[in-house]
Amino acid sequence: MSALLEIKNLHAGVDGTPILNGLSLAIQPGEVHAIMGPNGSGKSTLSYVLSGKDGYEVSDGDMLFDGRSLADMAPEERAIAGLFLAFQYPLEIPGVTNMTFLKTSLNAILRGRGEDEMDAASFLRLAREKSCGLGMNDDMLKRQLNVGFSGGEKKRNEILQMAMLEPKLAILDETDSGLDIDALKTVAEGVNALRAPDRGMLVITHYQRLLDFIKPDVVHVMAAGQIVKSGGPELALELEKSGYGEFVGEAVNA
Amino acid sequence: MSEAKASIDKETVDQVAKFGGEHYKYGFTTEIDVDKIPNGLSEDIIRFISAKKEEPQWLLDWRLDAYERWKTMDEPDWAHVDYPKIDYQDLCYYAAPKSMEDGPKSLDEVDPQLLETYSKLGIPLQEQEVLAGVRKVAVDAVFDSVSVGTTFREELAKDGVIFCSFSEAVQEHPDLVKKYLGSVVPKSDNYFAALNSAVFSDGSFCYIPPGVKCPMELSTYFRINEANTGQFERTLVIADKGAYVSYLEGCTAPMRDENQLHAAVVELVALEDAEIKYSTVQNWYPGDENGKGGIYNFVTKRGDCREARARISWTQVETGSAVTWKYPSCILRGDDSVGEFYSIAISNNMQQVDSGTKMLHLGKNTSSRIISKGISAGRSSNAYRGQVNVHPKASGARNFTQCDSLLIGDKCAAHTVPYIEAKNLSAVLEHEATTSKISDDQLFFCQQRGLDAEEAVALIVNGFCRDVLQHLPMEFAVEAQKLVGISLEGSVG
Repeated sequence: MSALLEIKNLHAGVDGTPILNGLSLAIQPGEVHAIMGPNGSGKSTLSYVLSGKDGYEVSDGDMLFDGRSLADMAPEERAIAGLFLAFQYPLEIPGVTNMTFLKTSLNAILRGRGEDEMDAASFLRLAREKSCGLGMNDDMLKRQLNVGFSGGEKKRNEILQMAMLEPKLAILDETDSGLDIDALKTVAEGVNALRAPDRGMLVITHYQRLLDFIKPDVVHVMAAGQIVKSGGPELALELEKSGYGEFVGEAVNA
Repeated sequence: MSEAKASIDKETVDQVAKFGGEHYKYGFTTEIDVDKIPNGLSEDIIRFISAKKEEPQWLLDWRLDAYERWKTMDEPDWAHVDYPKIDYQDLCYYAAPKSMEDGPKSLDEVDPQLLETYSKLGIPLQEQEVLAGVRKVAVDAVFDSVSVGTTFREELAKDGVIFCSFSEAVQEHPDLVKKYLGSVVPKSDNYFAALNSAVFSDGSFCYIPPGVKCPMELSTYFRINEANTGQFERTLVIADKGAYVSYLEGCTAPMRDENQLHAAVVELVALEDAEIKYSTVQNWYPGDENGKGGIYNFVTKRGDCREARARISWTQVETGSAVTWKYPSCILRGDDSVGEFYSIAISNNMQQVDSGTKMLHLGKNTSSRIISKGISAGRSSNAYRGQVNVHPKASGARNFTQCDSLLIGDKCAAHTVPYIEAKNLSAVLEHEATTSKISDDQLFFCQQRGLDAEEAVALIVNGFCRDVLQHLPMEFAVEAQKLVGISLEGSVG
């Protein structure tokens, strides 16, 4: 079986400052991987490099998504190919309703894949069904995208977009940050509902807490732009006790 | 969200996709035999135009008087726009399709080539059966200097609504024309209005009798086709006591390297308890990306809430023209009258816009509302110029103004120039203004959700304009949303 995502010896940075220093990682379809690491270890950079944000330069290595190199693909092409990023800080777009945004997004992706766009009635049904599953009411679909949303609402909204777009690979960038325990549970349930044999997930988090609710298959520890240790779910618990101290030192000395 | 609204959003995206890479889709010219007089402006030319239209003596005198005054006036230079001096002797003041010579008696006699031109523009000049659920729209089409046809006239006449070309109104309803022409925009109001008064060739006329709610949208489509020809149309809309009308105008022109002048005058009169909604989707050819060619859009639009509780609302979507100089205004003369101005002005490439409104509060308890959304991209300049004026006797006046500017890229400019003058202590005036940029993070967020950069900009800008778009009649909101996307092409990346 070929990997859904294969990152090989990735070197990348911003404005000439290296942040990722030879990172390697492979996610098989159906797997949930967690990346944990201290602040500044390059976790969010990894999510931006994978999704193609402007200003993040790859200097060496490669990223293969479904066997295809991501390097020359525009951000929207990656999205169309099935790569989804749940943002740590979801953006606000005043005047554009949540519903309009979801529909524009879904149809852009369908169109990009050469498929027919979804008609208004089917879309409405789907949006209602998915939002209801996440405990969001109709009112939230009518509100302007993320404008005046609480932190929890914004994160839930990211999961709603993910549920609507049904990506092959979902990257969740610190989706737990700023959430209280109830919101965390709702978000985790939403994520778990999307676990599927052909879907991969990369869960970036600072704390073990999220992994109580989203059980990863593999846990990686990231420090100084590299994966310094990988293991099963027990690794997360270990980290919770001992902290990142030893890994930070290890990476610097490597 | 309603189904209807949902379909608009789909349309927007479709359209943006469809026009990807295409710049100005109305830029074609129609090869048609024309009757065109020599360039230049003189008393003889004005007499010729008037004679051509078989006008009564009083109207010719009115034109000549306007011309005399125009000659003593100077072209205004206070606007934030820059263009080479116009040689008014090098313009043609009258061009009409030859086939109009004898005047078509009905729409069936209109030159098929003209009908085709309008159908290319998406404007039906046949009174086709409309789809269920969509309101009928009556159209008056003005091609260069003349009106080529007005639809649904008989049906409107049943309600006593008069909707025809200005020339016909002069012949058939001279009393109404004489009573109201120049009563809102006097012939010497300003340089371009005086010029228009002297040489106007056609336009639309509309009268809604007392108590009648006009049963359909009325619209005028202006098309400049001939090269080196100015278009000087005159529109007069009168809503008698308790009447209501919603009116829309649209404009397009071929792509030409030289600039063309469009100096129109629109006068609205709303009597007691009457309401006029006037919407404009202005998409004149804006010139190319280096600023070559395009229309000079120097327009005077003014509405008069002449009696108590009258209401006039201007909504404009300005995306075209090389240079725009335009301030649709309201004179709030009647007590408790209301004036509104909702504007979206988009400038891209080398376009220059100086637009806004004037709200003159004269009556008691009058109120006005101004919502202006300016979007600048490319190397364009976009200025909002507004005046809110409260007369000493206008007690209880209220105004709310909101001016938002959105910048795309780092080579464009946005200016906001509000003038506020209150001479009555009871006036309550509010002014809010914001300036923002589309952030790279917003663009990236949209792209991560599958939109390309241009679709992302169209979506964000449509969101920014939402407060104004929702004031447009449904049919035109769709068109306006498409335009927003198309006119910002090439503004990112």
